[in-house]
Amino acid sequence: MLEKALRGGKWYWGWVFFLFTLIGIGFISYLHQFKYGLGITGMSRDVSWGLYIGQFTFLVGVAASAVVIVLPYYLHNYKVFGRITLLGEFLAVASVTMCMLFIFVDMGQPMRILNVFLYPTPSSVMFWDAIVLSGYLFLNLLVGWTVLGAERKGISPPGWIKPFIILAIAWAPSIHIVTAFLYQGLPGRHLWLTAVMAARFLASAFSSGPALIIILAMIVRKFTKFDPGREAIQALGRIITYFMIVNVLLFAFELFTAFYSKIPGHMHPFQYLYGGLYGYGKLLVPMWISIILAVVALILLINPNTRRNETTLAIAALATFFSLWVDKGFGLVVGGFIPNPFEKITEYWPTLPESLIALGIWAGGFLILTVLYKIAITVKEETA
Amino acid sequence: MGISRREFLKVAGLSAIAGVGGSWVLSIPAKRDAEAYEFLRHPKALTAKKWGMVVDLRRFKTQEDYRKVIEACHNIHNVPQFDNPKHEIKWIWTDTFKHAFPGQEHKYIMEKLEHKPFLLLCNHCENPPCVRVCPTKATFKSKDGGIIMQDPHRCIGCRFCMAGCPYGARSFNWRDPRPFVKKINPGYPLRTIGVVEKCTFCEERLARGLIPACVEASNGGLIFGDLGDPDSEVRTALRANYTIRRKSELGTEPSVFYIIEI
Repeated sequence: MLEKALRGGKWYWGWVFFLFTLIGIGFISYLHQFKYGLGITGMSRDVSWGLYIGQFTFLVGVAASAVVIVLPYYLHNYKVFGRITLLGEFLAVASVTMCMLFIFVDMGQPMRILNVFLYPTPSSVMFWDAIVLSGYLFLNLLVGWTVLGAERKGISPPGWIKPFIILAIAWAPSIHIVTAFLYQGLPGRHLWLTAVMAARFLASAFSSGPALIIILAMIVRKFTKFDPGREAIQALGRIITYFMIVNVLLFAFELFTAFYSKIPGHMHPFQYLYGGLYGYGKLLVPMWISIILAVVALILLINPNTRRNETTLAIAALATFFSLWVDKGFGLVVGGFIPNPFEKITEYWPTLPESLIALGIWAGGFLILTVLYKIAITVKEETA
Repeated sequence: MGISRREFLKVAGLSAIAGVGGSWVLSIPAKRDAEAYEFLRHPKALTAKKWGMVVDLRRFKTQEDYRKVIEACHNIHNVPQFDNPKHEIKWIWTDTFKHAFPGQEHKYIMEKLEHKPFLLLCNHCENPPCVRVCPTKATFKSKDGGIIMQDPHRCIGCRFCMAGCPYGARSFNWRDPRPFVKKINPGYPLRTIGVVEKCTFCEERLARGLIPACVEASNGGLIFGDLGDPDSEVRTALRANYTIRRKSELGTEPSVFYIIEI
């Protein structure tokens, strides 16, 4: 089926070329980092994880969110999603690949990364994260490819794939819960040490992921003959609405716990992120943009008229996606390190090479997504 | 009598499998690595149930007293000195009470305590979060004495231990440390780019019968010994003085104690 990705028009090749350019720039920047060390990034002794781990965390959520399409379709026979399950599964494949690349570029000794499997350590959440992520990648690739292959031949998918589909559904939340456990079990980091972390991760994932799928579905409809269907997009809009409300509520619960208890350690990271602390406030602008985008998204999503209108729904989806991209892909990780264990502040901001590497990985993910979507859509166009 | 092509391939294939499989079987005993405990112990090696330290700040009076201790450690362990504070690597260092014991300070604290530098280092916790989170067992608790060790050759540089440590005891090699070590001590391995490092209670010295370098340079200000032995010097000091530990509420059970009396 791969040959279908090799035939395309001017726009398709232009886009692929553009992605390859970004990948190339990112790769060259990575070679520089490989030689010099992670010192070329904005990270430090105090803020020892930054953009890379943030993006990894955010993208695990996007990957897990495929379940909100696959579950209603397979378990509740919700036919409307039948046309877009593949979009969800292939988005999961691209996202998990990006996650793995973000982890890889964050390693100080990347050539030793297989030590995680050579010296398996069940007490380490990172060991489990490596296992659930690779398992999830395998499941989605297997399911997506098999279902698409059957579709191409005009037959229904083989029976043996069903258990894998069910397994993938159960597996999806696990990747994000385990990722939350990377953070929420650490004793000295107040921002992360909260039981609602995993719950909030799932809520933000199930709003940011489908938001991206709405945007992708609209792009696909504009550029190809394949129509994911208005009702599918509307259903995703309702899903985002509920999960975004839950996400914002969970965030408000965190604020209440911190500021009503008035325990300094709990308040400090929030004060730093949203109000500045001890005169430091480098993250204020992005964090407030995130809040404003969340408010805009909620207004457009909760109001039925703006949710039903596809233009305003698209704006709401973009606002949701970028709000959570900043919040989870940046603020959450950096905020956990500020103040440091000595109640001092070292600030963080990504450097140019660090940003170019991150951009290169996103381009790589989008290249995988483009190729997989191109194949899926060509098959759908041919069989339609 | 000839042999057909098919038979030849059969025999050749089987021999290949037998050959590869056989050499694999033979290689098992040879490839097994020796465990650390199988090495012979140095006759003078110091041993303990649980190593611990008491910091007696009454003995630290001048800046020089602190400098001697810090330099003794950093010089023998080839700890690099970076200009950029973000890349800083430190095994033992000082900070004020407020930063060493956040949450314990108050507005009316005695002035002497407020400005007194406290020596900080890895706490060698009995219940170490860094060991729990490490995905490769590159950081581990030694069987002899419960020292929290760091294997710079296994570390993948994921820095999960740095997020896990509530004491900020761990440093990462953000860049090649070699040009930043003033005088390299050939007796101790220099770390490479991309790995985490920290104090190891001079495990390499204990193995040769020597006390930690900082203790040796401290003129009695750092008391080191076996917490498991009621008659040890540390236990005697702990019995005789009021001591506190950093963030003991986290349940990590630090093995470094501070005498509060100045």
